[in-house]
Amino acid sequence: MKSSVITFPGSNCDRDMDVALTKFGFKNKMVWHNDQELPKSDLIVLPGGFSYGDYLRCGSMASKSKIMNSVINFAKSGGLVMGICNGFQILVEAGLVPGVLLRNKYLQFICKNVHVKVDNKENAFFKNLDKKVLEFHIAHNEGNYFCTNDQLKEIEDNNQIAIYYCDQNGNTNDQINPNGSIKNIAGIFNKEKNVLGMMPHPERMIDESLSGEDGSIFFKNLLNNIK
Amino acid sequence: MKVSAVITLKKDVLDPQGKVIHETLDGMGFNSVNEVRQGKYFEIDVKENDPKKAKDLVEDMCKKLLANLVIENYKIIETQ
Repeated sequence: MKSSVITFPGSNCDRDMDVALTKFGFKNKMVWHNDQELPKSDLIVLPGGFSYGDYLRCGSMASKSKIMNSVINFAKSGGLVMGICNGFQILVEAGLVPGVLLRNKYLQFICKNVHVKVDNKENAFFKNLDKKVLEFHIAHNEGNYFCTNDQLKEIEDNNQIAIYYCDQNGNTNDQINPNGSIKNIAGIFNKEKNVLGMMPHPERMIDESLSGEDGSIFFKNLLNNIK
Repeated sequence: MKVSAVITLKKDVLDPQGKVIHETLDGMGFNSVNEVRQGKYFEIDVKENDPKKAKDLVEDMCKKLLANLVIENYKIIETQ
């Protein structure tokens, strides 16, 4: 299976993502933001980082870069696109997933492990996953998911909420909400479920001795789903 | 021609920075503040001499890049 990771100026999780995808069997290519065309891919990943120094709004400049026209066309034709952290911010700015990511509620950069509940498994990203709660890592300043009431209704009606911040038993409540996101939303799909944006980093959980294994579970399952 | 645009957060969007600025002002003795909302201000010099056209151009920029209309409003405040 072929994947491509887009590198923007200021991306800093692109190589981690490359390591993770390669480790679990993807043939991965790195693509520069100024390129016009994507290599043939089964999965496109927009990685975490601080593209364009987070100027104006996080992800806003990167969402207008040359390669994004191809990414948008790829997504619109049903291709799988995943945006992690800054990649999620780029996806919302590009209009590929609804809503927006605001500054964290308590104005602090948050860097810690969190648990997320997988709500919707009827999609290529989480289908057949045998765990309901995963432990991932978050590191962000703007992860406070926000959308209008109308958008929220549409998102809920279409089952577009991918993952929620929760405790280790899968309970979601205000106390374990790290950043003030509406409904504890940590990740969201587009209507067709082929585009996933999420704040947590699965690529930081691929080595038991360094961090954890839930990222490994996620990537192995993803590869099997795409095959 | 220079055109200025002001981007502000919509009313129902939480503005934690504005809130902290409000609290700091309060701590400094400025006790008569009801609310602070932080926004952005742009001065754009466009190659256009017709005020209406210049304004329309900046409005298009606001819609497409400068503001995120999910959370922000924009206002073109002056042309000169």
